[in-house]
Amino acid sequence: MSSHDASRSAAVTLADVTVAFRLADGGVFTAVENADLSVAPGEFVAIVGPTGCGKSTLLNVAAGLMTAAAGSVTIFGEPLGGINRRAGYLFQGDALFPWKTALENVAIGLEVEGVDPRDAQARAQEWLTSVGLGAFANRYPHMLSGGQRKRVGLAQVLIRDPRILLMDEPFGPLDAQTRQIMGNLLLDLWTAERKAVLFVTHDLEEAIALADRVVIMSAGPQSRIIGNWTVPLPRPRDIFEIRLEKTFHDLHREIWGVLKSEVMKGYQQSAGSMQGAAS
Amino acid sequence: MTRVRLLMWQVLVGVTLIGLWQLLTTVPIFGVTLLPPFFFSTPEKVIERIIKWFVEGTIWKHLAITLTEAILAFVIGSLGGALIGFWFARQQMVAAVFDPYVKMMNALPRVVLAPIFALWLGLGIWSKVALGITLVFFVVFFNVYQGVKETSSTLVDNARMLGMSERQLLRHVYWPSALSWMFSSLHTSVGFAVVGAVVGEYLGSAAGLGYLIQQAEGTFDVAGVFAGMTVLALFVIVIDLLVTKVERRLLVWRPNASAERI
Repeated sequence: MSSHDASRSAAVTLADVTVAFRLADGGVFTAVENADLSVAPGEFVAIVGPTGCGKSTLLNVAAGLMTAAAGSVTIFGEPLGGINRRAGYLFQGDALFPWKTALENVAIGLEVEGVDPRDAQARAQEWLTSVGLGAFANRYPHMLSGGQRKRVGLAQVLIRDPRILLMDEPFGPLDAQTRQIMGNLLLDLWTAERKAVLFVTHDLEEAIALADRVVIMSAGPQSRIIGNWTVPLPRPRDIFEIRLEKTFHDLHREIWGVLKSEVMKGYQQSAGSMQGAAS
Repeated sequence: MTRVRLLMWQVLVGVTLIGLWQLLTTVPIFGVTLLPPFFFSTPEKVIERIIKWFVEGTIWKHLAITLTEAILAFVIGSLGGALIGFWFARQQMVAAVFDPYVKMMNALPRVVLAPIFALWLGLGIWSKVALGITLVFFVVFFNVYQGVKETSSTLVDNARMLGMSERQLLRHVYWPSALSWMFSSLHTSVGFAVVGAVVGEYLGSAAGLGYLIQQAEGTFDVAGVFAGMTVLALFVIVIDLLVTKVERRLLVWRPNASAERI
């Protein structure tokens, strides 16, 4: 596919997007400035940046949960107004409905579309099985571990077959091993049915291991996209193994060279603002 | 502490207190009866009276009336509190306009309303139901209001991303969230429903547990007063046990509700 085609039919295109918030004291806080980002259909893009750089903000703009102060958001060639109906969103925090069982949580996405509840539950059971939780259908979220809850969340999003998958540090709260297992599960599911993925993380290793392309954002506020690397690693990948390859290390070193100074900046700023709050 | 031992201790405390009561009302110490039976009656007489009520069957009518009043007050008060709490939480303008009046109404000691309700609704059950409603309503109202306001924003965002319309959002997210808060105040609101009924009866009626106690007081029948209080306490405990059962059924999805079951 030529680059021209890609830009015309891109799954997600953020063009010159600026996001600003009005503060309580009347000032304006600019979270993201002039961001240009495009995700092709079936492409896996990871956004990496220091804490507080507005990665999640950018994701919320692509989801339609937040509107940009300037710039345009285009989804498969159409300007986005309101909620992005073609996207599924996996949240960082707990987003399962605590009063619904795992099965009901997964089935709800179909039920709201008007699918017959019995059919919806049958398909939800299939999805739970494919994320390895077939036997946990009747558990409530609080009876599941963090990793299991993320699996249910993944099934809840994927059952609606979105063409775009937005993920906001989805495996952030999990321990290191569970994260890698979840990463492999995600890659398996993604390989079976290629969706455009926009994956936000602060973990560079995770980004390189999973993505086709890694985008780096500068420290906030007024953070910008400052780098864009293609990951030349072959697929299918195994996250446990891929970290041992030389290509992985070289790319990691190269990107880290840029990211490191931003991380330090971000850290100093957050430390500074904490002092400001204390005084 | 195991359940059996806990129960043993609980029984022991009760037996000791009743024993002390019996002792101090019947056995003179240094020639003085510390608790004169005229003012304090004796456990023996109180139990005798309760047995008499149940054997003669006069108590059932009073219990049935108090129970009916409490149930009506609970159902109507909860329904009203839940609906209006939900409406206010979703319509901030309405909530802001009514805010001072809600606070005023809630700050008012409800007992002063009892004579007015008796005047409006007569001495039958409805004046007591009305008093109970004014108590239950606010408990449920504030809980549901809070429940809807504090619904997790991640949950709402997730529901929107899953394609829920405003109506589906109400049904699948806000309503369950509000109900869970309402259920967690079930003990308080059921308790208030009973309080409303009994206080209403006490202040003017022809039947019910409150009436029974008030009648006994009017004739300096201390045994009758204590007997009425005992029956009332047992009645409340039984209702509370039922509420706990219902609560566990309704809140299975809650972490602490199922942990308590162990």
